[in-house]
Amino acid sequence: MITLLLAGILALMAPLAVLGAAGRARAVWGGVAVLSALLAMLAVAALAQGGAPPLLLPFGPPWAPLSLAADGLSAWFLLLLGVAGLLGGLAGWGWGDVAPRRLMLWPLLLGSMVFTVLAADAFGLLLGFALAGFAAHALLSAEGSWRDRPETGWRDLLATLLSVAALAVAVGLMTGLTGDLSFAGLRAVPPEGAQAASVLLLVLLAAGARAVLPLLAPLPPGPTLVLVGGGMPPLALYVLARLLLDVSGPAQPLWWGAPLVVGGTLAALSGALRALREVELGRLLSGVALHHLGLAVVALGVVAGLRAADLGALAAVAGGAALLHLLAQILFLALLWLAAAEVAHNAGSRQLDRLGGLVHPMPVVAYAALAGVAAAALVPALSGFAGGWLLLQSLFAAWRVGVLGFQILVVLTVAVLGVAIATLASALLRFWGLTFLGRPRTPRTLGAQEAAPLPRGILVALAVLAAVLGLLPGPLLRLAEPALLLLTGHGGAPDLGLLSVSPGPAAADYTPLAVGLLLAVVLGIVGAAMRQASPRAHATVPLWDDGFIAPPAHFPFGDPATQPGAASLATAMRPPLPAMPRWPWLQAARWMATLPRWRLSLPGGGAARRALRLCLGTVAALLLLLAWLGSGGL
Amino acid sequence: MTLPLGLFAQVLHLVLVLLAALVLPGLLDSARARFQGRHGPHPLQPALDWLALLRKQPVVAESASGISSIAPYLGFAAMLAAVLLAPGFAHGMALSSLTDLVVLAGLLALARAARALAALDAGTATGGLAAAGGMGLAGLTLPTLLLAAMGFSILTGTTGADGIAQSLRESVPAFRVPLGLLALALLAVALAETGRLPAGNPAAEALGDGGDDSVPEASGRHLALWRMQSALRLVFWLSLLAGLFAPFGMASAASGALGWLLALLLWPLKLLLLTLALAVAEARLARLRAARLTELLTAALLLALLGVVWLFLSAGVA
Repeated sequence: MITLLLAGILALMAPLAVLGAAGRARAVWGGVAVLSALLAMLAVAALAQGGAPPLLLPFGPPWAPLSLAADGLSAWFLLLLGVAGLLGGLAGWGWGDVAPRRLMLWPLLLGSMVFTVLAADAFGLLLGFALAGFAAHALLSAEGSWRDRPETGWRDLLATLLSVAALAVAVGLMTGLTGDLSFAGLRAVPPEGAQAASVLLLVLLAAGARAVLPLLAPLPPGPTLVLVGGGMPPLALYVLARLLLDVSGPAQPLWWGAPLVVGGTLAALSGALRALREVELGRLLSGVALHHLGLAVVALGVVAGLRAADLGALAAVAGGAALLHLLAQILFLALLWLAAAEVAHNAGSRQLDRLGGLVHPMPVVAYAALAGVAAAALVPALSGFAGGWLLLQSLFAAWRVGVLGFQILVVLTVAVLGVAIATLASALLRFWGLTFLGRPRTPRTLGAQEAAPLPRGILVALAVLAAVLGLLPGPLLRLAEPALLLLTGHGGAPDLGLLSVSPGPAAADYTPLAVGLLLAVVLGIVGAAMRQASPRAHATVPLWDDGFIAPPAHFPFGDPATQPGAASLATAMRPPLPAMPRWPWLQAARWMATLPRWRLSLPGGGAARRALRLCLGTVAALLLLLAWLGSGGL
Repeated sequence: MTLPLGLFAQVLHLVLVLLAALVLPGLLDSARARFQGRHGPHPLQPALDWLALLRKQPVVAESASGISSIAPYLGFAAMLAAVLLAPGFAHGMALSSLTDLVVLAGLLALARAARALAALDAGTATGGLAAAGGMGLAGLTLPTLLLAAMGFSILTGTTGADGIAQSLRESVPAFRVPLGLLALALLAVALAETGRLPAGNPAAEALGDGGDDSVPEASGRHLALWRMQSALRLVFWLSLLAGLFAPFGMASAASGALGWLLALLLWPLKLLLLTLALAVAEARLARLRAARLTELLTAALLLALLGVVWLFLSAGVA
C-alpha cells in the first residue's frame, strides 16, 4: 500500500514538471512542497512498519525488471529527501523568482532522487542516480552557476558522466555472471578480493563526486541550493551506504571502512578550513556543508570497520550517528542558506567585509541564524550535538576491533576531528559575528529591512526545529531502527531511552533534555540573582574610539579599518596547523634531490623545540618498535 | 546514592565550588605575589572587586546589540553548569549521569563562544582580537580533551567524569604511564584555558587581579559576570584535574559520616594544593610568548596521542 502510494506520488512529479514548463511557479513550488511532505509522512509510516514490500513496475528492460520498495534504509533517506524537498518548495514560495526553464527541473530532480532511493534493484539505482546527476547539473546551469567560470560547468558535467560510468562499472562488477540485479540477488554474492577493492574505489569515486560537487558549485544561497545541496549529498551517501554497507554484506575485511574514515576526516577538516577562509557567504556555507558531510561519512566508515570486527552493537551507534546527523544537517544548513539569502537580498551583498550590524535592522533573521549557527557548531542540546556525540562515542569505542593499524587510524581521526570541529565553531562564529554584529561597513547595509512574514516564519520554524530535534535523539533513533538494521547487519540498536542515548550499558549517556533544562534553570537563577544584586538598567553611550581622532566625514560609521575584517579574523582564529606544502610531489622531489647529502636538518625553531621534537620522536619510534615486536613475537 | 542524598551532595558541591570561586583566584594572586617577594593584594580582593562592579551601572556602546547584555549570563550559566557537572567531593551526586566529558567540552565551547560574541558585538578592533584569540586556542585544546576522553574511555569503559573517577579510585593504586601522559596533556590544556600562564598579553599581568580582558567593552555587572566566569573556569579545571587524576578519598553512599567528613576536608585541600602549585609555576616561569603557548599545546596534543597509543599497546587492550 505504502509503496503504491509512493509510486503514485512519483508519477505526479511528471504533470508538475509540465506545469513548470508552462511557467506556473507557485503551482510548482506548492506542488513540490506538498508532495515532499507526503513523501516524508509515508517514509515515517514505512519506518514505523519496518519497511514496505516491493512493487514490480510494469515497464523496464526485460533483463532488469524495475521494482520499487521502501525498506528501512530507503525509507530513512526518503524522509531526508522529503524534508529537503519540503524546505526547498517552501523556500521557493518565499524567496524564489519566476523563470520557466528552472521550474521544470525542480520536479524532475526531486523525482529522480526519490526514484534512486526507492529503487529495489541496482539498475533502477543507477538509472535514478544518472537522472538525478544530470538534473542537478541542468538546474545548476539554469541558475547561472557557471557564469563567471564556464570551465567549472564543463568540469561538473564531466564529473557527472564519470560518476555514472564508475557506478555502472561497479554495479557490473557486483552482478558478476549471475545477471541478477535485484538487491536480494546482489546480497547473495558479495564481492571478494580485488573485485571488492575495485567496487569500493568506484563507488567512492561516484558518490564522492556527486556529494561534494553541488556543494562546491558557485551557486548563491537560495531555494535551489536548499534542494540541490540538501538533497544530493544525502543521495550520494545513500548510494554509498546501500552498495558498500548493505549489499556488499558484512563479510568484508576491516580496511573496507578505512578509505571512508580517511576521506570523511579530510572532508571535515578541509570544509572547516574553507569555511574559516572564505569571505563570501555562499562559499563559506559550502565549507560548513562539506564539514558535516565529512562527519557523516566518517560515521559510515566506522560502521564498516566495526561490522567487519563483528561489533554490531557499536556499529549501530556509529550508524545512528550518521543517520541522525544527516537529518539534523539538512535542517540547519537550510536555515543558514536561507538566512544568507535573506541577508544577500536585504543588505545587498554576500561579502563579509560589506556587511555588519545587521542584528539591528533584521533581528528575527539574526537570532534564527544564530540558532542555526549554534546547531551547526555542535553546541550541546541543539540538533547538531546528538549526532556528533554518538560519532565521537563510536570512535572512542572503536579500539575494540583489536587491530593496531585501525586503532591508530581512529586515534588520529579523533584528533583531526577535534581540530576540525573547533575550527568550524570559529568559522561559524566569524560568519555570524561579522554579518550581524558590529557596525555597518557600508551605507547599503543601513537600508536592510526585516524579512517578509513568510520567510521569517520559515526561518523561525527551522530555528525551533534545530532546538527540538536536538532534544529527541532517542525517539528518532528508534524510528531509524529498520535503517540501522540494514546498515549494520545487526539487530541491536544503541542503548535507547526515551530521553537519552548511550553507546552501551556501562558507558556514559547523553540526556539532551536534562542538559538543556540544567542550562535553562541555571540561566534563570543567575538572571534573577543578578537582577536582585544589580538592578540598574544599562546606559547607552557612543563607542569609545580608543582616543584616536574622529573619522573623516566620508566614513559615517567610523573608519572600517577599526573593525575586525573577515581576512584578519580568519588568520587569528586559524588553529596553528603545520603548513601544508602546496604541491606535495614537488616537495617530495625536492626532498629526494637533497637526500644524498645525508644531513639531518631540523627546520626552524629553538633548542627547546628541537629537544621536544627529539623526545616525542624517540617515544613514537619506540612505540612503533614495540608494536612491531609485539605483532611479530606473538 | 539515593535521590535525597544525591541532591544534598549536589547542593553541597554547588556551595563548595562557589566558595572556591570566591577564594581561589585571589589566593592564587596573593600567593604568587608572596612567592615573588611582593606583598600582593588581599586574597578576597577579586570578590570585593565583583561587589564593587555590581554596584556600578553597566555601559553599553551604541553599536552594540542585545548580545552584549545576554551573552554574560549565557557564558556564566554554561560555565556554572560545567562546574556543577565537574567531579567534586563525592560520587553519585544528583547530576552525576550527565557528567560526560564530551558534554563538558560542549559546555566549555558554549561559554567560549558567548565570550567571543560579546567581544565582537560593539565592533571594535580590540574586541575582534580578543574574540579571535579565545577561539583560536580551542583548535588545539579541544582535540587534546577529546583524546583524553578517549583514553579514559579505554581505561574505564565510560566517558562520564563521575564514572571515570569511581573506577580509577577502585582500581589498584599504581602509577600508569598513559595516565601520566594524559595528566600532563590536560594540565597544559587547563593552563591555557584558564589563561593562567602569562602568555602574550603583558596587560593581563599589569592588571594583576586576573583581569579577564576577553571582553574589552564589558563594564558593570557584565564585567563582574565575565570575571566570575573566569574564576569558575579556574575552579572547573582544578576540580576536573583533581577528580580525574587524584580521585582518592571521595565520598560515596557507602562511606559513613567519617568518610564524608574526610572527603569534605580532602577536596578543598586538593584544590588548594593545585592552586599553590600553579602560583609557584606562575611566579617562577618567565612569560611565554604567544607562539610558545601554541607549541606547548601542540606538545600536549602529541602527549595525549602518545598516551592513547600506549594504551593500545599495553597488555590486555590491544
